[in-house]
Formats: sequence, C-alpha cells, structure tokens
Amino acid sequence: MAKPAVKPKVESLAAKSKSSPKSSGPGDNSISAEELKAYYRSMLLIRRFEERAGQLYGMGLIGGFCHLYIGQEAVVVGMQSTINDKDAVITSYRDHGHMLACGMEPKGVMSELTGRSGGYSRGKGGSMHMFSREKNFYGGHGIVGAQVPIGTGLAFAHKYNGSKNVSLTYFGDGSANQGQVYEAMNMAALWKLPVVYIIENNRYGMGTSVERASATTELFRHGEAFGIPGVRVDGMDVLAVRAAGEKAVEHARSGAGPYILEMQTYRYRGHSMSDPAKYRTKEEVDKYRTERDPIDHLRKRMLDAGLVDEAALKAVDAELRKIVGDAAEFAQHSPEPDPSELWTDILVGA
Amino acid sequence: MSIPVLMPALSPTMTEGKLAKWHVKVGDAVKSGQVICEIETDKATMEVEAVDEGVVAQILIEEGTEGVAVNTPICVLAEEGESAADAAKATPAAATRSEQAPAQATTPVPAAAVPAPPAAAPASEPEWTGKTVHMTVREALRDAMAEEMRSDGTIFLMGEEVAQYHGAYKVSQGLLEEFGDKRVIDTPITEHGFAGLGVGAAFGGLRPIVEFMTFNFSMQAMDQIINSAAKTHYMSGGQMTCPIVFRGPNGAASRVGAQHSQCYASWYAHVPGLRVLAPWSAADAKGLLKAAIRDPNPVIFLENEMLYGQSFDVPEDPDFVLPIGKAKIERVGKDVTIVAFSIMVGKALQAAEELAKQGIDAEVINLRSLRPFDTETIVTSIKKTNRLVSVEEGWPFAGIGSELAAQMMEHAFDWLDAPVKRVAGLDVPLPYAANLERMALPQSDNIIEAARAVCNR
Repeated sequence: MAKPAVKPKVESLAAKSKSSPKSSGPGDNSISAEELKAYYRSMLLIRRFEERAGQLYGMGLIGGFCHLYIGQEAVVVGMQSTINDKDAVITSYRDHGHMLACGMEPKGVMSELTGRSGGYSRGKGGSMHMFSREKNFYGGHGIVGAQVPIGTGLAFAHKYNGSKNVSLTYFGDGSANQGQVYEAMNMAALWKLPVVYIIENNRYGMGTSVERASATTELFRHGEAFGIPGVRVDGMDVLAVRAAGEKAVEHARSGAGPYILEMQTYRYRGHSMSDPAKYRTKEEVDKYRTERDPIDHLRKRMLDAGLVDEAALKAVDAELRKIVGDAAEFAQHSPEPDPSELWTDILVGA
Repeated sequence: MSIPVLMPALSPTMTEGKLAKWHVKVGDAVKSGQVICEIETDKATMEVEAVDEGVVAQILIEEGTEGVAVNTPICVLAEEGESAADAAKATPAAATRSEQAPAQATTPVPAAAVPAPPAAAPASEPEWTGKTVHMTVREALRDAMAEEMRSDGTIFLMGEEVAQYHGAYKVSQGLLEEFGDKRVIDTPITEHGFAGLGVGAAFGGLRPIVEFMTFNFSMQAMDQIINSAAKTHYMSGGQMTCPIVFRGPNGAASRVGAQHSQCYASWYAHVPGLRVLAPWSAADAKGLLKAAIRDPNPVIFLENEMLYGQSFDVPEDPDFVLPIGKAKIERVGKDVTIVAFSIMVGKALQAAEELAKQGIDAEVINLRSLRPFDTETIVTSIKKTNRLVSVEEGWPFAGIGSELAAQMMEHAFDWLDAPVKRVAGLDVPLPYAANLERMALPQSDNIIEAARAVCNR
C-alpha cells in the first residue's frame, strides 16, 4: 500500500488572526506581547545590520560578494522561534540574517564581512562562509544547493546519536533546481531524517524569475515524488512563518521525516551588491516595500493592539542603531589577520 | 550631528561613477532604505538607498556629474533636531572623515615571501618484528574498518551496496552482520547526495567512511569533497572539522572502458585540506586505512580493484597503524630510484628484479601518501642513486610524476645525473580492446626501459 498522497495546501494563516489583534498568533493565543516585541527587535536588527553592511560595501570596506537579506527577515526570525539551541541551522550565502537570528554577535559577523581578525572565521571566510559551533550554525555555503545534503547529514547525525534535534536547512528558489537537493530529499524521506527544508522563494534566482527557471513553480510540492509534505507560507508575516514552522519542526522532531516549507518572500536589494536588478520593475519592488514589509506589518499590528507605543519602538530602533554602529566601528578597527593565518587551519593537527 | 552620505562602490571593481539623478532635494525627510539617488557606471544604473534617517541638509554633487570618485561625500543629512544649516556647516569634517575611511588597508604579501612552514617529517615506520598473518588486500581493508568501528561508535560506513550485498567488490563482507544497519548503510545511487550527507554528518560529530563503488563516480560528488569537506576547516577559521574517509577502487580495472578506468591521484592531491593515500600491499591497506579513519581530516583513500585479491603478510597486532605522509622503501638499491604508488609498486618491483639481472640495482619507493608528499625520503634516495624514474597509471600531463620531477628540481637538482624520467599511462582515454588497453597502461617493460635510459644503458 502506497503512502497516502501528499495533500499540498496553501496556508493563509495570517488571515485567521485578524479578529483578535491582542492574541495575534494565528490560531494560537499563546504568543505574548514580549515574544512579538522580540520578533520585531530581531527583524529590525537584521534590517539595520544589512543596511549598514551595504553602506560599508559602498565604502570599499567589504569586498567580493555581499548578499543582503533585506525584505526576508520574517522567514528566519519566525523559524528561529520554533527551535531550541541544540537544533542545527544551515543556509546558503545569503546568511547574515540567519547568523544574527541564531544569536551570533553582530561585531563578529561584521568583522568577517570586512575580512578582519575579529570575524567569526578570523577573516578567512568572508560574507558567505561563517560558522558558529557554539550556536549550532553550520554555515554559510557559497555553492548553490550544496548546503542541502550537508543539512540532511546534520539531521542524519541527530538521528544516529538518538537525539531529538532537528536540522533547519534553508535554500532559495534558485537552489530548488539543483540535482543534489533532490538526492538529499530522497535519502531524508527514505531514512526519515529530522530535517525541515525551508525554501526561501524570493522569486528570483539572481536575475531569473521562478517562472523562467522551474517547470512547476509550486516549490512546496517539489518533495511529492518522495512523499515529503509541504506547505506554502506567507514569508512576509513572521507569525505565519512561526505557525507553519511549529508544525514542520514538530513533524520532523517526532520522527516522521522531512518537511518542506515554501516561504513566499522578497528581497528588496539586488542578488548581490553589484546587481542593478533590472529584471524586475520598480513598481514591483515598491509594492512589496510599502504593502508587504514584514517589519512594518508587525509594527502596525503591535501599535493597533496597543502593545507598544511609538516611543518604545523608537527606543528599540535607537538601541539597534547603536549595536550596529558599534559593530561597524569594531569591524573597521579590528586588525587584518596576521600573515601567519595563511597557513593555519588547513588541516587539523598539522 | 550631521551625517555625510558617501559615493558608494556598487561592485568590487568600481572606482568612480556618474551621479545620474537625485530623488530627494534639500529639506526632504529621508528614511532608512529610501532611494535617494541613482548612480550610473559603465555596467549598470543602480539606486542608492539611505542607511540613516534625517533631513537632506545639503546636496554636494549635482545631478549629471560624471567621474565622481567612490567615497566622495555626495550629500549631507541632518539628524532629527538639528538644523539643516548646522549640518551643512559640518561638511568639511565629513569630507575629512571620508578620507579617513580606509581604502582597503591590505598589505599584499607575495606568496613566495611567506614560505609554507616546513612539514614536520613523520616518524619513520619501525621495522615490524611481531607476528604476521597472510591475507588479501580486501580482507585487510575490511579488518581495518571492523577494528576501528569496534572501538568508536561514531564511525559508520555508507555507500552503494556496502551492506546487504557486502560491497560491490566484497570489501565490506561481514560488516552488516557485525554492526547492523544503523552503522553499515546501503545508499541509493546518488554520489553527490551521499557525499554531501556524509560531510554534514562529519560536521555534526560523526566519523563517516563513504565508499564510492569506484572513484570514477566520485566525480559526481567532487564539489562536496573539495568545496565542502576540504575547505571548511580553513574557511571557518578552524571551528569546523570534517573527519571523513572517502574510499574505493581507483584507476583501471580490466577492460571496463574509458569512463570506468581513471586514476584520480593527481586530481585530489592538488587540493589543500585533503589527505590522499594510495596503499599497495595488504599491510599498507590495513595500516593506512586505520590511520585514515583516526585522522581528524577528510581523507581520500585510493584502493585498486586489481590488488583486492592479492595476498601479503600483515602485522597481527590490532594497534598496527601506519604514519600518514611517510613513503616506504620496498627494495634497497644503489643505481636508480623508482618511485611508484598503488598497483604500480608491484610493477616496479618486477622491473627491479629484471633490472638486477641486467646489472642495474634499483631502489623502489612506495609513496603510500600523495598528500602530504614524502619529499625527504625520495631526496635521500636520489643522493645515493642520482637517478629517478617515476611510475604512475594516470595520465602524464600534470600528474604525480610531474610534481615529483618539479620537487626534485627544487630539492635534488645537484644530485641528479640524468633528467627525471616519467612512466605514465598514455595520454588517451583508456581503450576497451585488450591489446590497446595493455599498450595504454604502464608495464614492467616500460619501467625497465626508462630505468636503463636514465642509467645510460
């Protein structure tokens, strides 16, 4: 007997909660004002950090490739709220937001962007290659899709060790066409590995829209061949992300195997700093910014519900500006790595 | 305090651009993320967003100005509560600040000026005096895995047909029965996927042994081996480790055609962050595989199908482990040094026997380890023989023999009485026909001929 067919569904979670602004969690009254404020703060920290990173790039202080997460903040902040600190997180090269959401220090991340010794990889990794064993953040991977088998391997290790931990494996709509992604999904389903695949569908793999790259654009259904359940989620709404994430993480943690979440999101900036983004219209970008912004959305929600006032929000903004400003300052004054660093960390114990 | 907005670099190579259009004017309030102007370079037009909030106090570069250098102040924002006039006055300070904004404080270090620290020579292999058992290379590999798996529960074996089928070449015979399907895992035919999964498991604290049915299929997985396994320790500043062994038969088997007959020695030996081992005898196989499994780094372990059934004496002691990075002198001689690895060690020894009959006393060195490379043992031998022949099954161009020749040029030039001679597979895809295949692969006769040539005989 074959497994029951996967029943894909589009979750319109955000809509459900409109009638009860105070409780705000979609179908879930347990989300407190404090949690909402924390999500707001996390998202705004990422936004301010990325704006500052863009500025330092413009000043020539950050080199090479630099992929900003602005616009997509709700995805990682919502998902992070569903896991514990022993769970593993891994993503692609658009990774600054994930690191901050995992609790990595803004100073350490920014100094890695500037290639200084104070960076998480002591200046040897750069924007795309940062890790924190302490925070269970496994990178930071520069090859499109390569993190997907690796994240699946982290889930394998969790299962092998008999732990109840899960692996959150993020990738983009661009990676969703890589062969190794499906090789990994097959093994994850075959061996019931505790992995949640989070597809951050920001609608463009560099300059190519999903419609021009994927024969079927319902990416949440891309695991159907392996019997992996998937849902599409409003990735611009942190509470919708959280609600879907809780289900997916619970599924994986219970031993039922992998789960796919397709986060419909949007990046406001180009693919990388040097991308003028001529493949989409200004109107399209403006529409997301003005009508769908995840931070504005939560801000309005909290104000409408009387959970915060303007002064409190202003104070948060000031605090975050200071944190980000300090990180930028630190990242410019942290010394470059010593030349001896060239020859360290090639092999363990050699 | 006023905030200067600087001309941004929009790509790693941009030094100047045209300020094409202003979207704001003096007196406008600006929010973070708001587009304030457009900049044109020869490649593209891009929008510049404000990072800080404030009111535009002054526009310093007019719309349409060409050749504006990166980091030039283009406008000044007044912060809340500050008058635009005050902010404008502060402009000179802003300019000074921009000059201080360090243009990449890089001190380029010429590669040659920073020599690699000398690799510590591993301790020589002590002459084995204990008891030995006669066994095949296949059994030695299996025993190495079984012994290590008994002592460390984080070690597991995965690959195609390794469990229920006992290995496509029967190397993993009995392991499923002893260790169960949690630790001996049949994978789908999905090399890229399971190599990456193994790397993730290693990052997650396990010690995977990944078997490729043959190394030919590792090409499907090469990105994970090189970009993920080999480089992550470095890219993470030493935080991440990847203790993993990729093993399987390498090189030509017998009449399986070009796609299934290829030597990957020089491919993998090229990559910093990997260790690359190539055993010949059963003792090599056992001692080196145990060392590979214990090593905290990613190891490429190149076996040879034609050797699986050959028998050798192997030390019985379960603690017998060989040092990584140390070559072995298999035959002592004084007239010419023949350096080989894997199956070619046997051919070199055959050639040496024949050469002895012809009055040439050859020293045969079994490399065992291709990365790290035991230059010292070879140089020492050349100081005695003054002649060198390298033997490998792989292609000659940019092969192990090429590296050997270059190393000897650097380290033993004055001791060489003849140019180094390379014996290698012919520079063709390996043909199927029996006669052509034999012609394309190095044979003892080719080694004899090369040794005689460097000895002027």
